[in-house]
Amino acid sequence: MSQTISFHYDVPGDDFTRAGEASSSVKKALKQVGLAPEIIRNVAIAMYEGEINMVIHAGGGQIDVEIGPDAVRMVLKDQGPGIKDISLAMQEGWSTAPDDVRSLGFGAGMGLPNMKKYTDEMDVESTVGVGTTVTMTVRTHPREEAGA
Amino acid sequence: MKKVTIGQIAQECGFSVLAGEDALEREADRVFCCDLLSFVMGRAPAGSAWVTVMGNVNAIAVAVLADTACLVLAENAALDDQARMRADSQGVPVLGSALPVFDAGLCIQRLLERE
Repeated sequence: MSQTISFHYDVPGDDFTRAGEASSSVKKALKQVGLAPEIIRNVAIAMYEGEINMVIHAGGGQIDVEIGPDAVRMVLKDQGPGIKDISLAMQEGWSTAPDDVRSLGFGAGMGLPNMKKYTDEMDVESTVGVGTTVTMTVRTHPREEAGA
Repeated sequence: MKKVTIGQIAQECGFSVLAGEDALEREADRVFCCDLLSFVMGRAPAGSAWVTVMGNVNAIAVAVLADTACLVLAENAALDDQARMRADSQGVPVLGSALPVFDAGLCIQRLLERE
């Protein structure tokens, strides 16, 4: 595949029932492109965690996905409260999610760690009071091929 | 790796089919038990029979995205209407059992070992 396919999604805030729609849509597109199931799963998991984070913490946001020849790149941007201490937020088990979110099965402090685990590159930029942008890349070819 | 279909699991373990009847031919090759969706997202193996008590629409989304073979609701945990509709539309088989999580998982494991 030589062309880049782009998608844009608006993630509504405070609606857990719709979280996952963007990830499911991207998952379908990746299947049509014919990527390996493992790659598709990695993208879907990382993006869903991002969607859930936007709903829990930021009142929604925007996601842009580019499916390129060598990688899938996701940019998740919100205008939420921002993350005070990114290194703390990256630790498994650290969470500021409210109790009602926990009762749904989320808020275990696994979101950002899972996103890192399932992507090849992840960058978090956040300003308190302004918002957060998470950029994630999942390579669709092994590293050595990508560099060859 | 040994595999069983979701239909076989329902039949052999006496689980009811709550949703996703069109996808009962899908195969599972292991069991995964967990209720915390955040953990399931990161750790459930693709193609596993996922046993839980979480029957909400988010559990269905997790099953789709983590690519589990099915969702088994133990302890007669309820599948809410929205979750049922999502499971049907996304082709996620959902089974129900009165057994506790461990026993439901054990039944599937024994099937896998027998096959």
